[in-house]
Amino acid sequence: MADRHQHDHDPAEENALRAEALESLLVEKGLVKPEAIDAIIRRFEEDMGPMNGAKAVARAWIDSAFRARLLADPSSALGELGLPRFSGVPIVIVPDAAGVHNVVVCTLCSCYPSDLLGLPPSWYKSPPYRARMVREPRKVLAEMGLDLEDEVEVRVWDSSAELRYMVLPERPAGTEGSTEEELAALVTRDSMIGVARPRGPHEVRGGG
Amino acid sequence: MNGIHDMGGMHGFGRVEVEEKEPLFHARWEGRVRAMVLQMLFGGWTNIDAFRHAIERVDPAIYLTVGYYGRWLRALETLLVEACVLSPGELAARVAGRALPTSGTIPSPPHRGGRLDVTRCIDAPAQFRVGQAVRARNLHPAGHTRLPRYTRGKRGVVQHIRSAFVFPDTNAHGLGEKPQYVYSVRFPARELWGEDAEARATVCIDLFEDYLEPI
Repeated sequence: MADRHQHDHDPAEENALRAEALESLLVEKGLVKPEAIDAIIRRFEEDMGPMNGAKAVARAWIDSAFRARLLADPSSALGELGLPRFSGVPIVIVPDAAGVHNVVVCTLCSCYPSDLLGLPPSWYKSPPYRARMVREPRKVLAEMGLDLEDEVEVRVWDSSAELRYMVLPERPAGTEGSTEEELAALVTRDSMIGVARPRGPHEVRGGG
Repeated sequence: MNGIHDMGGMHGFGRVEVEEKEPLFHARWEGRVRAMVLQMLFGGWTNIDAFRHAIERVDPAIYLTVGYYGRWLRALETLLVEACVLSPGELAARVAGRALPTSGTIPSPPHRGGRLDVTRCIDAPAQFRVGQAVRARNLHPAGHTRLPRYTRGKRGVVQHIRSAFVFPDTNAHGLGEKPQYVYSVRFPARELWGEDAEARATVCIDLFEDYLEPI
C-alpha cells in the first residue's frame, strides 16, 4: 500500500484546501479567470436541469410525430423545442413500452445526459449503483422503490462511449386531459434515468 | 487498465444510498473544480480521454475515499504536472502556505482545444452489421480503455451502428484519434453473469470496432 499519511484528516477539508490552492495557482499563471469559473457554475445552477428533459418527454407524450422524430434524430428534435445544448455529446432516447423497462448507468465513470438532466445525483456516481445496476438491475430497482413485474424485460444501458442515454418513460394513466405543462411536471429526473416511474396526476395536485 | 474504476459487476459496496433534497454541489470547491476541468478541456490542456485516464490512475484506496470531485481534483493535478504547468510539489507547497519558485514560462497546451466534439466522419465501411453476433475481445490493456472487464470474452448482438468516434485507447495517450465506428451491443444477463443471472434482463453497451470480433 502506498503511503497515505496525508489523508488521515478530513478528506472534504483537504479537498477544499487543495482546490483553493490550485485555483490560485492557475489564476496567477493566467490559465483560468475566476469570473469565467463563476459563469460556468451559474450555468450549472440556472440553465441545466431535468426540466429540459421533462419538456421533451411531455411533448413526445402528446405529439406522436414529435416522438418519432425524437427517437430517430434526437438532436434536431430537441432543437425544435429550443432546448439549450451544453456539451453537444450525441443523445440517444430509449423508449419504455409495455413489457420493456429501460435504465441507464455508467459503470466506468459517471456519464450522464447532462444536457437534458443537469448534473447527476450522488447515487448515480456511487460505487454501489455503478457496480450493481448491470448485474442485478431488478434487485437494485426494487431497493430504490421500483418493483417490476416478472414478465417485464429490463434493458440496462451502460454508457461506455460518447453517447448519452435518456429514458422516455410511459405516459401515466389518468392524464388524458392534462396539458403539456401539467405533463412535464409529472416527469421526474429519476423517471428519465429509469429508476422510477413518472408521478401520477394526483401526486402533483397534492402539492408535490 | 484493470483499475478500481471498472466497477461493473463488483460485489461488496452495499445498497445504493439516496440523499433526499441533494444540493447541486455539496461544497463551493466542487463546482469550481468542475468548472476548472472544463476550462482546461477547452484550452487543450487535456482531452476527455486523457482526463478519464488520469482519474483511473488515482490510487485505488484514495479513489474510493475522496469522492467524485476529489477524484477530479487529483486527476487535474496529475495532468497539470504532466503538462509542465505545475512543477512537482508546487501545489502541496501552496496548500502549506509556502512559496515555491513558479515554473516560469507556461508551455503550449498538449492537445487541440476548443472543439470538444469527438464524432468523426470516416470513409471506411462498418465491419459489423445490425443483428450480427459478435464477441467482445479479451483485451487487458495497461492504458486507457472503454471496454469494461465484465464484457470481455462475452457474446452479444449488434443492435445499432453509431457514428464514428475518436478512439479513447489511443487519444488518451496522445497516440492519435484513430476514429472508428461504435456499436451498441446487447448482451443477455445470463451470458454476462452465468446461470444465477436475473431473468429477462439485458445490458446494452457501446463498444468501439477494435473491441469486437466476429463469431
